[in-house]
Amino acid sequence: MIYLENIGRYFLMLKSVFSKMTKWSMLRNLIFKEIDDLIVGSMGIVCFISFFVGGVVAIQTALNISNPLIPKYLVGFATRQSVILEFAPTFISIIMAGKVGSFITSSIGTMRVTEQIDALEVMGVNSLNYLVFPKIVALSLYPFVITIAMFLGIIGGWLASIYGGFSTSADFVQGLQIDFIPFHVTYAFVKTFVFSFILATIPSFYGYYMKGGALEVGKASTTSFVWTSVVIILINYIITQLLLT
Amino acid sequence: MIEVKNIKKSFDGVEILKGISTTFEKGKTSLVIGQSGSGKTVFLKSLLGLFTPEEGSIFFDGKEYEKLSTAEKRHLRTEMGMVFQGSALFDSMTVSENVMFPLRMFTNQSVSEMQDRVDFVLKRVNLVDAHHKFPAETSGGMQKRVAIARAIVMNPKYLFCDEPNSGLDPKTAIVIDNLIQEITDEYNITTVINTHDMNSVMEIGEKIVFLKDGYKAWEGTNKEIFKTNNESVSDFVYSSDLFKKVRQVYLRELEG
Repeated sequence: MIYLENIGRYFLMLKSVFSKMTKWSMLRNLIFKEIDDLIVGSMGIVCFISFFVGGVVAIQTALNISNPLIPKYLVGFATRQSVILEFAPTFISIIMAGKVGSFITSSIGTMRVTEQIDALEVMGVNSLNYLVFPKIVALSLYPFVITIAMFLGIIGGWLASIYGGFSTSADFVQGLQIDFIPFHVTYAFVKTFVFSFILATIPSFYGYYMKGGALEVGKASTTSFVWTSVVIILINYIITQLLLT
Repeated sequence: MIEVKNIKKSFDGVEILKGISTTFEKGKTSLVIGQSGSGKTVFLKSLLGLFTPEEGSIFFDGKEYEKLSTAEKRHLRTEMGMVFQGSALFDSMTVSENVMFPLRMFTNQSVSEMQDRVDFVLKRVNLVDAHHKFPAETSGGMQKRVAIARAIVMNPKYLFCDEPNSGLDPKTAIVIDNLIQEITDEYNITTVINTHDMNSVMEIGEKIVFLKDGYKAWEGTNKEIFKTNNESVSDFVYSSDLFKKVRQVYLRELEG
């Protein structure tokens, strides 16, 4: 029953987030701050992980091709497909659920514990709009992060293939270009856009409705990470079923 | 003036407020006292509209809160100032930005007009050098003064304070008490304070409401509290030997 109750509260929260908008001059500053915290602040870890995981995907693929009949360009092909279809949109989103999600839950949760949210409400501010809406807007730039993750993942795979001696540059690039379906990129960005909304709202929900003290803020961050990841995996399955089959 | 009529509030089936009625007059400092768990904070948050009572009504200058439209409630909120127990200052903003926040949110004043108002209220609470400090860089007493400055920056009609002296040394506590009393007189506002501090009760309690187990057990002034025969109040207020002696001296002086 508690799950149903939480789902209901989550949708009621969304209704409040989009009602009684905060003054634009305030909102604009908040959005820029959130872009800095959530998007710019995540670029380092996303770039690092993307580059090296792209490299690992290429090496693993190359090492598992023992049959001489399988063309060498398959390394580039497999790297492209893995990175664009799953690694960049889904794997990076799970990492972001840990990094950005925990940050959102703990910052809003701390505001709840220290009565800052009550202070906003007493002043007549719609605290959900003030706190959550700028995060949703900021994270709408998340597909930009995923574009960079795709690019760096493929670059990582390309460099690992060449300098590891697993493939030539020409073979790898041929693999990148062969059987390219542009809709796969559309599919990846549709997923990313939906994930960005989940990344902004589920952690906010767990932070906003938490009760207790500092210990509960930690627990809420963990719960938020678990549920954000679960929802991302489920939505990933549903979108894949809808768009690719 | 705030008029409270028979408000009741429960959480998870446990009744916290069991029908409280009282009145808080304009231009007076009213104190709500009682043991921990007596329902003081729930009572204050019900006055603020943060909790909705299941029964009863709250009237602000004759207007029943629950019958106001959303826009009217929003407007009423801008006429309220609140000083939270832990000050509730926004961590990411400087002292100046914290105080300016309600002005930026609800007025169309220019930056210079807002800055002038912020300078004025910060000076009023005796904070002249803290504009650019973050809350974490200030002492507990300074944070309380910033919270008071933020609460009065919009010229509120109603000022609510939840344990404004908690965590403060006795000297700073007196400074905060006097400041609240002066502001109440100066701006002729309705001030309601939740407190455990018996010094505040004696010094600034123009009206005192004593809550016990969710009921209003007694109400009166700081003069009357010395003479009351109500055992619940006496046990709570004069629980320390020092206050018992103070009471005896006061009563002897009255008799003499």
